[in-house]
Amino acid sequence: MGAKMFGARIARLEDPRLLSGQGNYTDDFHLPDMLEAAFVRSPHSHARIDGIDVSAAMAHDGVVAVYTAADLPENLRDVTVPFQVPNPAISQPFQQRLLENREVCFAGEPIALVVADTRYNAEDAATLVAVDYEILAGADNCKDALAEGAPLCHADSPNNEGAKYTVGYGDVEEAFKNAHLTHREEFWVHRGGGFAIENRAVVATYDELDDMLTIWSATQSPFLVKQNVVDMLGWESDKVRVIAPDVGGGFGPKTVYYVEEALIPAIAKELGRPVKWVEDRRENFLATNMERDQYWDMQIAVDADGKLLGVRGSMIHDTGAYMPWGIITPYISATTLPGPYVLPTYELETRVALTNKVAVTPVRGAGRPQAVFAMERLLDRAADKLGIDRAEIRRRNLIPTEEMPYALGLIFRDGKPMTYDSGDYPKCQVEALSLADYDGFPARQNEARGKGRHIGIGIANYVEGTGLGPFEGATVRIQPSGRICVYTGGGDSGQGHWTTLAQVCADKFGVEIADIDVQKGDTAKIASGVGTFASRIAVNAGSSVHLAANEVREKAIKVAAHMLEAAEEDLNIEDGRVVVKGSDLSVGLSEIARAVQGMPGFSLPGGVEPGLEATHYFSPSQSSYCNGTAVVEVEVDPDTGHVDILNYSMAHDSGTLINPFVVDGQVQGAVAQGVGNALLEWMIYDDNANPVSATFAEYLLPSAPETPNVAVTHVESPTPINPLGVKGAGEGGTIPAAAAIISAIENALSPWEVEISGAPVTPSMIVEKVQRS
Amino acid sequence: MSDRRTISVTINGETFEREVETRLTLADFIRHECLLTGTHVGCEHGVCGACTILLNGRTARSCLMLAVQANGQKITTIEGIAPNDEELHPLQQAFQDNHGLQCGFCTPGMLTTLLEFLQDNPDPTEREVREAISGNLCRCTGYQGIVAAALDAAKRLQAGA
Repeated sequence: MGAKMFGARIARLEDPRLLSGQGNYTDDFHLPDMLEAAFVRSPHSHARIDGIDVSAAMAHDGVVAVYTAADLPENLRDVTVPFQVPNPAISQPFQQRLLENREVCFAGEPIALVVADTRYNAEDAATLVAVDYEILAGADNCKDALAEGAPLCHADSPNNEGAKYTVGYGDVEEAFKNAHLTHREEFWVHRGGGFAIENRAVVATYDELDDMLTIWSATQSPFLVKQNVVDMLGWESDKVRVIAPDVGGGFGPKTVYYVEEALIPAIAKELGRPVKWVEDRRENFLATNMERDQYWDMQIAVDADGKLLGVRGSMIHDTGAYMPWGIITPYISATTLPGPYVLPTYELETRVALTNKVAVTPVRGAGRPQAVFAMERLLDRAADKLGIDRAEIRRRNLIPTEEMPYALGLIFRDGKPMTYDSGDYPKCQVEALSLADYDGFPARQNEARGKGRHIGIGIANYVEGTGLGPFEGATVRIQPSGRICVYTGGGDSGQGHWTTLAQVCADKFGVEIADIDVQKGDTAKIASGVGTFASRIAVNAGSSVHLAANEVREKAIKVAAHMLEAAEEDLNIEDGRVVVKGSDLSVGLSEIARAVQGMPGFSLPGGVEPGLEATHYFSPSQSSYCNGTAVVEVEVDPDTGHVDILNYSMAHDSGTLINPFVVDGQVQGAVAQGVGNALLEWMIYDDNANPVSATFAEYLLPSAPETPNVAVTHVESPTPINPLGVKGAGEGGTIPAAAAIISAIENALSPWEVEISGAPVTPSMIVEKVQRS
Repeated sequence: MSDRRTISVTINGETFEREVETRLTLADFIRHECLLTGTHVGCEHGVCGACTILLNGRTARSCLMLAVQANGQKITTIEGIAPNDEELHPLQQAFQDNHGLQCGFCTPGMLTTLLEFLQDNPDPTEREVREAISGNLCRCTGYQGIVAAALDAAKRLQAGA
């Protein structure tokens, strides 16, 4: 029997084909007779459309068709993206039409679709579509957008408030009255995006013979695409197949559903030819959803020992021009703020502002980095004012381990009370501080200052609800060849599902992970699915693989007992064979799989159902809460504003680890995104909400020289919520990063008493703050 | 209306002769005319580096070149790095062993860039590796696995030399 696979630090099965150029990403598909599409998009953040003339475009070489809203089949002209997650707090749930011909509400909104023999011809013709715009004022930043008399995001709406709600618990008024110290501060966290290196892409083909529409999409959620195609196009569910092939990064924006994913299939059906659309980077900056822009006005109350008494305030969330994902992101922000701390009272009013920008939906971290930024900044301020060390004030407020499970007093967005299921927050902080040699830092700082260098250290904690329902299923099937196949619904955009799900499965049959195929992200392979987002696949699909593999194992033993004429309790599975313990008698999984295919005229052995397979849809009762502590040491050049991250330490608790190698990679990559949020990534718009940073030369992603190595230590507190004890691991690195990095920058610049209340902080901002002090 | 030329380009040892529009980018030629889709296009403005290929042994951004400029030249893409179908090149193997890739989309550019770099600098420091790939964006790994892979590959290549 091979070494145990579950929990092993092993290299990925995915890699050899990706390393030799054998992957299949959506743009790699070349179907016979395929056409290519290009969009005409609004160049204005807000405008009324008075007319569209496509005649010149139609006359261009190679053009097969040009569609505006008026040219679409009648049932598609006014259909909007389905409203995914309604909530009574939402008053103006604006949703996007497939193509707009009345009022465009963000720069990048699609107006026409040109289909031609080549992408080159389609793009040429797209420039010939003449649109008559009446330019309107745009609502830009979310705070101004809610002010009286602000330009309206949607011209016919009464105001720009899309939703409003308050969360909280306890008597906040009383807590503030009794406080030893209070502090009030405003925070801005700015807009950024997921920016997978692969842009979005869709290929669709309609097969008249079996009336089947097949869609390949660079999506995290093929089942969601299918559901929306069915809803929007009025299609029968069993006549649509959606496949997420190799996907070149997701990070949230490829979770949600876009109009292009309905239009391209609709047009492929209409024209009777396959159609491909591949988003270019400019379109990605304009028309792929983003996140993060929030304005917080917050107050903290503590006692003389720095113990939290209460936090209260208000937050304005920029949702862009449409709300396809409702208020999920700001609601997560509001419920993330208490974090790992005993916070006796809390009240946050959230207002969601409509602005003339592309819609806001979750990006890795999903509303949490902003909340953690606000909370951790408040704790830093309280520590400084009380003269308490920043790690110490946190230690005094951490939820004690023995109080797990810990009911927060908040209601989560699924309507259930929020209860942290497990975790050891004090241990996590201790481990991170130890990894960072926090105790040795004052000496390092003194020594550096002696040499004219300015180093600083920062700390931030977070708690993250992961592994959300409703479910993600898995089928485990042993093929007649003896090879084991696992099927699951969520796509893979780099997470390594083949490897990790194979690790969950392999030990059940005593095989190597290389003996297992994992087919994911194909709606034809399993009946139901959800998608790869919200750090949910290890929890949901992992648990389903575990349950299904156990059932297959039991069935194999039951059938083998008949074949071997032995008692079930005398049987074991080793190296892919069922063996009679203590004897040479055995039967291979392949023979058992053949036996349960059945023989005409004979009963199945042991009265089992046919097929050596089982399907489970694990549905968690609630989120499993992952947590962690980031401690960051930086050096800041006060003359140039340059920030160099010297050490990045992270203690991370995502429960039981399936493959520490893969989890480390997830944490490291997530931290890099947090570095972007802290120092670089800022999607900038002019006062009229027109984007001005729409290339990688203007919007900076972290590159190798400024991205730190991350020292990761794992604390493993298994969750009781699922049979594997696992929690999500994909976002934790991002969530505390901006808070910790900016805390470290402030600490480095403490001789100048610089305070930073926003993210990202750029070199010019640092220099300005130093010079002003 | 379009201006067309017949070109001949040798990619991974195989010669591709095609009549192409003069405006066709080299990346699109490789991907959509020669059907070597291992080379990826991530930004089309020369920043992300995913489309990097080796042109006569030196790195070039295939999204910023026209196919006609490669007429008569020799190109290596990610499909041409491994010695054969069964084995990986030591650099590719080091990527797998150090978790140097997640989604695989930036990988072709990382490999070609590092192949050239490790020839020029067989025994690099970590800082030098980070500078070498500073024109290649990866959104998944945080670069840590890639840098480890490059340093590991340098050792393997030196040991094998």
